Amino acid sequence: MNAEKVKELKLHAANVRKMAIEAVYSANSGHPGGSLSAADIITYLYMEGMNIDPKDSKNPERDRFVLSKGHCSPALYGALAERGFIPKEDIKTFRHTDSYLQGHPDMKGVKGVDMSTGSLGQGISAACGMAECAKLDNKDYRVYVVMGDGESEEGQVWEAAMFAAHYKLDNLTVFLDFNGLQIDGDVRDVMNPMPLDKKFEAFNWNVLRIDAHNFEEIEAAVNEAKATKEKPTLILANSVKGKGVSFMENKAEWHGAAPKKEQYEQAMEELDAYIKKVGGEA
Amino acid sequence: MMYPIGEKVATREAYGKALAEFGDDERIVVLDADLSKSTKTESFKKAYPERFINCGIAEGNMMSVAAGMATCGKIVFASSFAMFAAGRAFEQIRNSIGYPHLNVKIGATHAGISVGEDGATHQCLEDIGLMRTIPGMVIINPADAVEARLAVKAAIDYDGPVYLRFGRLAVPTVFDEGYKFEIGKGVELENGEDVTLIATGLMVPEALEARRLLLEQGIAARVVNMATIKPIDKDIIVKAAKETGAIVTAEEHNINGGLGSAVAEVLGENAPVPMKRVGTKDVFGRSGKPAELLPMYGLDAKTIAEAAKEVIKRK
Repeated sequence: MNAEKVKELKLHAANVRKMAIEAVYSANSGHPGGSLSAADIITYLYMEGMNIDPKDSKNPERDRFVLSKGHCSPALYGALAERGFIPKEDIKTFRHTDSYLQGHPDMKGVKGVDMSTGSLGQGISAACGMAECAKLDNKDYRVYVVMGDGESEEGQVWEAAMFAAHYKLDNLTVFLDFNGLQIDGDVRDVMNPMPLDKKFEAFNWNVLRIDAHNFEEIEAAVNEAKATKEKPTLILANSVKGKGVSFMENKAEWHGAAPKKEQYEQAMEELDAYIKKVGGEA
Repeated sequence: MMYPIGEKVATREAYGKALAEFGDDERIVVLDADLSKSTKTESFKKAYPERFINCGIAEGNMMSVAAGMATCGKIVFASSFAMFAAGRAFEQIRNSIGYPHLNVKIGATHAGISVGEDGATHQCLEDIGLMRTIPGMVIINPADAVEARLAVKAAIDYDGPVYLRFGRLAVPTVFDEGYKFEIGKGVELENGEDVTLIATGLMVPEALEARRLLLEQGIAARVVNMATIKPIDKDIIVKAAKETGAIVTAEEHNINGGLGSAVAEVLGENAPVPMKRVGTKDVFGRSGKPAELLPMYGLDAKTIAEAAKEVIKRK
């Protein structure tokens, strides 16, 4: 990945972060922490990695994306808006009674959403179903998932992990957004799921470890997953919860809280300053 | 004739055969959770092994996998025992299948107390109630092999989630080859003016037998087969209430939440008449021979006939 592409993706990601904050602020509810930690991965997939077309959002050959941690919909909606699936101005209607942007992704209502999610553990299973369909139909599309680290406490995740390895779903790539925090605190304190890499390896997955905020590493991992045959790939992505907004970083309390006016303004200023620093126009 | 009248065939048997019979449609895939020999999806597996996917003993994952496959254009049948389909995987069915209204057919076998010797943990008496609370879910509880086969075909042709309820026990074939099945339509099997017996599943032949018992006492009972429990056929219920003035429901399910509740809701809002629900009375089952368990829990013609006489008195 050349420097220009990295810069471009950084700017897209900053826009996605701004929209995620805008969404949560407008709704006065939602989940900013995990949205910001997953923002770079989701931005990469929607702006660069996936074979998708906003003008042909139902194309059966398209790559699929499932946000298994559906509560991070602000980042997904931001990416859908950045890529042109939905109008950017609609972000402000997030969670409003008359809006199609539900608190958790609704595939029936939002163009570009491939699966309704929100109940943890179910998205990765649904993605297995999509990947299995590609195998059945001899299609080349790939299926991407972003799941949470706390989500791995759901037993269904491991049912899905068994299924994906058993059926050799090498067209399935799962990003585990490892920000280390869940609602009640540090994942190691609430219900220690570690070691996650060894667990997935024991379930016969190809496991890669990356920095969730480094686009070159994200792309390299996606390419390695594509080149890996007979095994699904789990990308354990070390991330910072609340990444990009100083007062939200590494704070469990920003899992599901909306910023107040001054906090919203500060967050936007910080992201605008970042955009200028990278060389874009805020 | 595929299923001669009177011959005893389990509806699960007809389910598996129907999947194989209609399985040439390449959109159909069948999922099972290590019970293909019992749910009879093995018939499909033999005919179309490439489109049969064993999910292992993981029903929650199976339902969400089914949902994912449905988003890719498949007509997915996901099978397990009613207890582990509707019960264990309720929330997956609700959120992954029901909420996005995906084209998944839940083939739930071993419903009801007629499971027999396996006992209470495997005798699902709550599934209709559970499924009835999910918006947009169609629920079909066929009475015999003929109707089970037609229900599978109707489910394939219908775009959306369907819960198909089948039994383990061989039950007498009631309907002839010309029988027509339509989702959402009750069928009047016998006419009568004194009372209406609305039955579903294996209680349909019991209701027909109850009619014979009542006729001996000079009572003419109408018998309605209500295979589709959701959407319920409101018209046939209201018509029966107006014309016969008393209703008895009969189902192999808890009297709370199933057919009896659905009929009571229609009557209460549209045509209140005396009614009584025959079913299990908010209790768990137990191990035993189906032929002994069914009368023990009041799931027989005699109990239906007694209930009919009681509601007639309350007119």
